Amino acid sequence: MQDVVLALLVKEPSHGYDLRRRLVAALGPLGETLNAGQIYVTLTRLEKAGLAVQEREDEPVRGPRRKVYALTAAGQERVAAWMAEDPGPRADVAEFHLKLVAAGESGLADPLALVDARRRELMRSLAEAQRAALAHDTGSEAGLLLEGIALRLQADLRWLEACERTWSARTPGGKGKGIE
Amino acid sequence: MTRDGQRARGRSRRRDTDDSPGAGSAGRGHGEAAGPVLRAVGLARVYGEDESAVWAVDGVDLDVPTGQTLAVTGPSGCGKSTLLQLLGGLDRPTEGEVWLGGRRVDDLGERALARLRRRAVGFVFQAYHLMDELTAAENVELPALLAGVSPRTARRRAAELLGHVGLADRARHLPSELSGGQRQRVAIARALVNKPLVVLADEPTGNLDSAATHDILRLFDELRAAGQTLVMVTHDERVAATADRIVSLRDGALADDTPLNTSLDTESGSTRLGTLLSWED
Repeated sequence: MQDVVLALLVKEPSHGYDLRRRLVAALGPLGETLNAGQIYVTLTRLEKAGLAVQEREDEPVRGPRRKVYALTAAGQERVAAWMAEDPGPRADVAEFHLKLVAAGESGLADPLALVDARRRELMRSLAEAQRAALAHDTGSEAGLLLEGIALRLQADLRWLEACERTWSARTPGGKGKGIE
Repeated sequence: MTRDGQRARGRSRRRDTDDSPGAGSAGRGHGEAAGPVLRAVGLARVYGEDESAVWAVDGVDLDVPTGQTLAVTGPSGCGKSTLLQLLGGLDRPTEGEVWLGGRRVDDLGERALARLRRRAVGFVFQAYHLMDELTAAENVELPALLAGVSPRTARRRAAELLGHVGLADRARHLPSELSGGQRQRVAIARALVNKPLVVLADEPTGNLDSAATHDILRLFDELRAAGQTLVMVTHDERVAATADRIVSLRDGALADDTPLNTSLDTESGSTRLGTLLSWED
């Protein structure tokens, strides 16, 4: 949650309400349980940790000037580290999805590069699961577990195909990424 | 990337290779360096003409080293089956070259090409393509007989191979009396009967359930251990994951080339799986 909120602040300083709106837009029904209070709790924590600071909004579109949160240098660093971090084989779909959204919004990373890196990672894990599965009988207990693991990795890989399609349609010049 | 750019690259690569792969005979296992047994240079296949022209394969450069298991993946319509047909001499490229066992084969005459297909390439198809009126053993023997092997040798090889794929007791059955997985195992035995340089498999598990797929993948793994070069087209990530290397095609061109270091080195091999479980309380 902290990383996602920080990443959403990269593009421009925002207030809690706006952050919540963007998160809900990215998460759809999964974001419905997210209330404004949680966002403010996270923002307060980020401020205490020196990763974000409150400042006055420059030019409000309408209404009074509100307090917005902006990233500190330490916050920038933390977001960059989060973007570069390997999500690991157990990362869930929503977490990686938010990372792609944050990458796309902030411009800190190319979502397609994140998708590629994750695909390679998952493919290597799947290769290992399949090697192990071939060494076990399908009827054995270990074989059954390995089949479950392989099926989940396969599902993740298929979803990455969809991510690639969607993000290459959004990224200028994203289509036709060659191997060079 | 522009199409012209790709084609130009294909051409320049072609010049580079004029002096390299021609040397050496089509044999294998004679102690020569393990160069690519199969090579595509600037390979392209166009269907239709002018405005309606479709570049099904569009400037593919690919080297397959001897003994490698290569998976070709990509969305449907990306050209992966066309690529396999070009590699196996079932179709001819519009541009580019195919080299098999150190010999250029895309410009061979019809008869020479047919002979090459029979002897140097083993095909496995999604729908098995067995002869319905022949028994399993006869299906396996047939390409050997067509290649000029004596009936006795053909029978012996077929019996051996059917034993190897676990179907010794089904040798006299007709395909209609076999399950899908068994039929595909017969087809694999048939693909191997002439000791081909490469086996080309197009969606070999596409019609099979997961248990039968498991059997086929185990069989491929044994072939790999025996040093057989195998190129398979698949849209199934789990099948592709058993290969040594995966290339993906997008719109007829290579989009990705990933080696998978999946040697059965269990010491270092199980690290990823281990991280899938956390033992925290």
